[in-house]
Amino acid sequence: MSVPHPDLVCSDLTKDFDKFRAVDRVSFEVPQGSFFSILGPSGCGKTTLLRMIAGFQSPTSGDLLIKGKSMIGVSPNKRPVSMVFQHLALFPTMNIGDNVGFGLRQRGIPKSEINRRVQKVLERVGLPGVSQRRIDQISGGQKQRVAIARCMVLEPDVLLLDEPLGALDLKLREHMKVELKALQAAFNTTFVYITHDQSEALVMSDNIAVMNNGKFEQIGSPHDVYHEPKTAFVAGFVGDANKIRSKVLAVNGTLLTLVSDGGAEMKVEARANTLRVGDRAQVFLRPEAIELCNTQDGVNVSQAQVTSVLFNGANSSITVKDDSGDLLKIASPQTGSFANLRIGDRVLARWSPQHARCYRAEET
Amino acid sequence: MGSYNSRLGFYLLLAPILLWLVVLIILPHIGLFIVSISERVGPREYEAGFDNYAAFFNEPLYWRTFARTAIMSILATVLTLILGFPIAYYIAKLTRGRTKTTLFLMCMIPFWVSELVRTFGWMILLRETGVISNALQYLGLVDGPVEMLYNDAAIMLGLVYTSILFMVVPLVTTLDSLDDSLIEAGYDLGGTSASIMREIVIPHAMPGIVSGCIVVFMLSLGNYLTPILLGGKDSLWFTGMIYTQFITRFNWELGSAFGFLLLLLSSLVVSAGLKLSRQSLTETMGRT
Repeated sequence: MSVPHPDLVCSDLTKDFDKFRAVDRVSFEVPQGSFFSILGPSGCGKTTLLRMIAGFQSPTSGDLLIKGKSMIGVSPNKRPVSMVFQHLALFPTMNIGDNVGFGLRQRGIPKSEINRRVQKVLERVGLPGVSQRRIDQISGGQKQRVAIARCMVLEPDVLLLDEPLGALDLKLREHMKVELKALQAAFNTTFVYITHDQSEALVMSDNIAVMNNGKFEQIGSPHDVYHEPKTAFVAGFVGDANKIRSKVLAVNGTLLTLVSDGGAEMKVEARANTLRVGDRAQVFLRPEAIELCNTQDGVNVSQAQVTSVLFNGANSSITVKDDSGDLLKIASPQTGSFANLRIGDRVLARWSPQHARCYRAEET
Repeated sequence: MGSYNSRLGFYLLLAPILLWLVVLIILPHIGLFIVSISERVGPREYEAGFDNYAAFFNEPLYWRTFARTAIMSILATVLTLILGFPIAYYIAKLTRGRTKTTLFLMCMIPFWVSELVRTFGWMILLRETGVISNALQYLGLVDGPVEMLYNDAAIMLGLVYTSILFMVVPLVTTLDSLDDSLIEAGYDLGGTSASIMREIVIPHAMPGIVSGCIVVFMLSLGNYLTPILLGGKDSLWFTGMIYTQFITRFNWELGSAFGFLLLLLSSLVVSAGLKLSRQSLTETMGRT
């Protein structure tokens, strides 16, 4: 083998159920040792996709390769993948050591060797000496690590994770995000992680696939998905965005001039533009791309009035209503002259044409 | 005042169960025990002593029937478990919604008919001039009529049939509570159907298995109708012997001793079963 295969390749993978298509011609590759996330709203087909990779459901058409070998028709217990279930699925009738050693016992490995490997993997996830404890005697975060250890002890080619952080409280979830990423780097195993929480996907992943209605809307690095969303769905789903419905007034090269439904004129830089004069469009503008200023200089400056102030530490934001009646959410700086805005204050909002994204509106 | 009222309420609520236990269970057993330790020394003259128990151990027919009843009840329990587990697993894990309810109901339908009628049903099927015998002759598989009644196999069939529901119900309840993702996780980690059954499903279902077995064993041990009707004159079931002593022989003293021995036997076997399966009575009975 001169050219190493990617750990996981899906080509045109499709799953049809009785009445609808859950996964629609999905193709992607995951290189060895990377953290790949599939991000999408609930019901978008991401769980079905993951279960097809694990082998619990068979695809209607398309191919699935792990380390270059097709997995079609291979039963879940013969695949070199392991899965961390949404509710972890630790066996309550066994202690932690037996849970972690379950997969090794199935392979008929001698008992002393199993014990040695279980101890080792538990140390690697930071839980030495817990193998005699019952699973109801450890905390939620520890259970998480036991579930990962139970999979990693088998040295799978691909580890699948089905929203395992969903059941944890916020503080622990934030902590586990960092820890999962660190574990992935330490084991150097390919992780495929599905989630509906965009911050989990953005923080941990090397690559993110954004999924909607059974299709991949975009595959890219977290930075690309956030800053260069390819479709209106991605722009709206990943991160916060102000959505302004508008109409194209003029096209000047890559610079579009649009008018919002409220009547405000704005300029947006669109590199791959297909919009023509008169088309309906949607402009997406991140709250942090808008700045408050004191002068009328530049483009896309509007006069506005503060309608609400949401204090949330570093994530604080304000909502303003500009003079044409459009509402804008703006990340509010906690330092400087705009730190103490109150409802009713008059402000000037400004944003650069490069920071907004413009898509054809899906009119019905 | 409030605490007095709540106290009163507590005792009032407790009263029916206490009454039931004391009047219907404890008092008769005390009476039974007193009768069982009285020896007849003359007409209407009795002395305390263990002669009746001695009679049991000295007469081989008695203790052999006793042992036979115990062994056949255990065998019936094991057979019921072997038959009931796949049924319960199918209902609990492999069916959903309406099918599940329907199947569960179908298990229960035979129990809407009295046990006597059901047993006669089996007799119609199994006797010399019965349905199965005639069918075999019609198909030319046998030359003459076959008698399938009045043997141990017929008793076993009847016992398993009467008690299978009491095995299926607790098993369905415990298997229902087994999260499907645990089974999937077992497969995902490389388990085979056999190892998943052994390491995940059966340990989880253990309380249900034990409580089902206890109920089925007690029902079989104390069954009177099925062994007598399907086993005929030679059935030799211990409850039949107790009946004979009380009703035919009018020997209440020996009958009481037999009754007490049967109670001891069932307690012994149940506690041995709990020990073997490492379950506690409160846990198994409390769960279902």
